[in-house]
Amino acid sequence: MSVIQDPVNAGVTSGQQEPGGTNYINHSKGALSWLLTLDHKRIGLMYMVMVLAAFLLGGSFAVALRTLLFLRAAPDVAPMTPASQDLYNQFFTLHGAILVFMFIIPAVPAILGNMILPLMLGAKDVAFPRLNLLSWYCYMAGGGFFLYVLLSGGLDTGWTFYTPYSTSTNTSVAAATLGAFVLGFSSILTGLNFIATIHMLRPPGMGWFQMPLFLWALYATSVIQVLATPVLAITLLLLFAERVLHVGIFDPALGGDPVLFQHFFWFYSHPAVYIMILPAMGIISELMATFCRRQIFGYSFIAFSSIAIALLGFLVWGHHMYTTQSAMANAVFSLITFSVAIPSAIKVFNWLATMYKGSISLATPMLYSLAFIWLFTIGGLTGVFLGSLSLDIMAHDTTFVVAHFHSVMVGSMLTAFLGGMYYWWPKMFGKMYNETVAKVAWFLIFIGFNLTFFVLFVAGSQGMPRRYADFLPEFAIYHKISTVGSYVLAIGLFLVLYNWIHSLLAGRKAPQNPWGGNTLEWHTSSPPPHENFIEEPFVSEPYQMHAWDYDESIDGYVFNRARAEELEKQGHH
Amino acid sequence: MSSEHEQSNHAANGDHHHPAHLAHHFETPEQQFESGKLGMWVFLATEILMFGGLFCAYAIYRGNHQDVFLYGYGALDKMWGATNTVVLLASSLTMAWGVRAAQKGQQKLLVAMLIATFMGGVGFMCIKGVEYQQKWKHNLFPGTMNAFYYEGGQAKYPEKLKHAIEFIDGRNSGGEASGGGGHAPAGHESTDDSKPVEHSDTVEADSASPVIIPAVFGAPADVSTIKPPANPTEQGVLDSAIDQAGDGSTPSAAHTQILWNDLSGAEQKKVHLFFGIYFMMTGLHGLHVLIGMVLIAWLTFKAFKGQFSKDYFAPVDIGGLYWHLVDLIWIFLFPLLYLIH
Ligand SMILES: [Cu+2]
Repeated sequence: MSVIQDPVNAGVTSGQQEPGGTNYINHSKGALSWLLTLDHKRIGLMYMVMVLAAFLLGGSFAVALRTLLFLRAAPDVAPMTPASQDLYNQFFTLHGAILVFMFIIPAVPAILGNMILPLMLGAKDVAFPRLNLLSWYCYMAGGGFFLYVLLSGGLDTGWTFYTPYSTSTNTSVAAATLGAFVLGFSSILTGLNFIATIHMLRPPGMGWFQMPLFLWALYATSVIQVLATPVLAITLLLLFAERVLHVGIFDPALGGDPVLFQHFFWFYSHPAVYIMILPAMGIISELMATFCRRQIFGYSFIAFSSIAIALLGFLVWGHHMYTTQSAMANAVFSLITFSVAIPSAIKVFNWLATMYKGSISLATPMLYSLAFIWLFTIGGLTGVFLGSLSLDIMAHDTTFVVAHFHSVMVGSMLTAFLGGMYYWWPKMFGKMYNETVAKVAWFLIFIGFNLTFFVLFVAGSQGMPRRYADFLPEFAIYHKISTVGSYVLAIGLFLVLYNWIHSLLAGRKAPQNPWGGNTLEWHTSSPPPHENFIEEPFVSEPYQMHAWDYDESIDGYVFNRARAEELEKQGHH
Repeated sequence: MSSEHEQSNHAANGDHHHPAHLAHHFETPEQQFESGKLGMWVFLATEILMFGGLFCAYAIYRGNHQDVFLYGYGALDKMWGATNTVVLLASSLTMAWGVRAAQKGQQKLLVAMLIATFMGGVGFMCIKGVEYQQKWKHNLFPGTMNAFYYEGGQAKYPEKLKHAIEFIDGRNSGGEASGGGGHAPAGHESTDDSKPVEHSDTVEADSASPVIIPAVFGAPADVSTIKPPANPTEQGVLDSAIDQAGDGSTPSAAHTQILWNDLSGAEQKKVHLFFGIYFMMTGLHGLHVLIGMVLIAWLTFKAFKGQFSKDYFAPVDIGGLYWHLVDLIWIFLFPLLYLIH
């Protein structure tokens, strides 16, 4: 655990300072210098603001839907009416649609990926800066459609837009599909950019197997974004045509096949789960290495398991449809679903092996990686339960499924995202945050999340259906506990927000390298200059941290280049 | 390992011979060119997957509603489709020629070839427009406006439906090249003994039309009385024996002559689905052609201003890739929609 102090001169240790001390944030001024920026770091920041706003909005709907369920569990307070049931349908749909399309999918690639990927490559920018900006505007346009949905009748289809209900409901399905369609383009452009950047802009001396594991994870994610999202695009386009023109493709009354929509939708949306979790895993690999102060265990296993997960992820969509497809298809999809557990478990075991005999520092980012391992193990193992046919037929559309995928898509992804945000926060803004507040918030989030979702496993295993506004009295207790848990989670998240804002306004100046990591972003100043590096960074093994010496006066690490060169020579014997 | 050599190299790039078209974050023009090309290939992969979904939907519905597709396809005009294929292939040739001209620094040839390619796009869209207009004329819109649209088991537009059936039956029974003049399907009625009696009444009442109209109009209960032919294959073989020479021996080819009354009552209500898919596929492709034309217009403008040279032709090369993909998608669309029986 790093010592918190307030040194006067938390300066930069190498020549990575712009003359006049400007950085990418104050390099130029005015709203237009942001809205027309081609700088990946500024685009990352603009993404951060909007994605966090979407998180706040979608999260509010989540808390609202839990509140309605709490009220149902205590009917003396406010009895359930048809109006409140409609409201419930709207709340769970909007929480899902906004959080999936506008928070979970873009969060790590668009914020941390944009910010860190070129830095990790020692590059000046991504391969296509204009496309990068366009991707942000696509995100804004998609967000605009969702705002329109909010103001014009809402949405009550669930985030999955299942037909035939989605073609007959009176809510704003057409606008929502267009919104998700445009957001998909934002995602595709980011993925395309990252693939080209990783292929073309690696510095001399950084082969594929000298890349930080976060980049492997982003690469695997990008492959999914690029190959799966277009299928969602065409699906939504067909749904839009169905909705507006009634072409009949998904409408059984017109000769169409609603189950085809499910196939199309999950062909995208299962891989999309890996768009959410793979970059999160990449963050965890970075955090594990840095905070255990050790070469990551099983580098190539972790790297290849990212690719394996990305590829296998395309072959398992049918596990969402065990109740709607043939027994043969079920058996095949079940088998492939089990096989995804192998690369996932490889990662977990390698992280645990990295911790073994490491000198672990329990800084806030590391606490989040521990929370990640806890939640991912729960979410992953229950995923294996659900992959088995006999159990899934029983648990299908119960809150057991809700608890399972929230553990992975929300719990794991969110803890990794927050861990990554804390980890790179000093790099992004040049400010430290309050460690104590950060740890209290971590504790609240960890407890709150487990409280919210663990009881849903229990309720689901006893038959509580998902997406129901009403329930039998015996489920009341679970819903009460879950709602209280969601409040604790929300308080923890607001505390995080407070801590970040406080850090921006009054945070201690951050050193260049507060954690001692050796990936290239730590080789430039905090925050980095406009073009990332004043002089080209020294490229070496990403997890070779012995060339960094702790300097108490700045509470950060200082690079010893001579030793780095010596270590590099030894490494290549 | 970054060496001093690379650093000085980099510094030199920043100061001196950094070509105007080289973006600041690339070290060399080659790196920039390769990046652009890789980016375009990745983008083409997304396009293929997007159309892949559409092709997949096509395959599934074709499998589920074989006869509907065989019937609906009669509304399409092979000749226009083939002409468009030739137009698009020719424009791909001029595009490739233009890329070659750009690489060799032949400015005038480049401009000429880009204009030729653009005109290919114009030609394609015009012909597509003619085809769409023909569908419009016969009320074969996508969705609820389609003449074949049924609502609650009843034809929504009985008059338009009658006309559309005339149109397609006429073409399917041998009037293909004439573009809609309805020939009587020789021997069709007399060989078909599975038709409900009402049919002959309808035909007599509407003697101008040789086409059999089912008695569903105004009498929804009759829908159930319309049964599929006892042996559709036999019926198809008969038709093909009369109308078709050559490959009519295979059973699948025999299906091409399918007429309205060869469809079961349930299938008749799904004919509009064919047009939904037809318009989705060709519409999305047409949109891509339009985007490609904008791209080529932009390239032409730049080429005209002499912005390309032997050292810098990446946009032409990369734009060409896109145009070839649009072409390639049509090469699949054409046989799937117009040719496969
Ligand atoms: Cu799945």
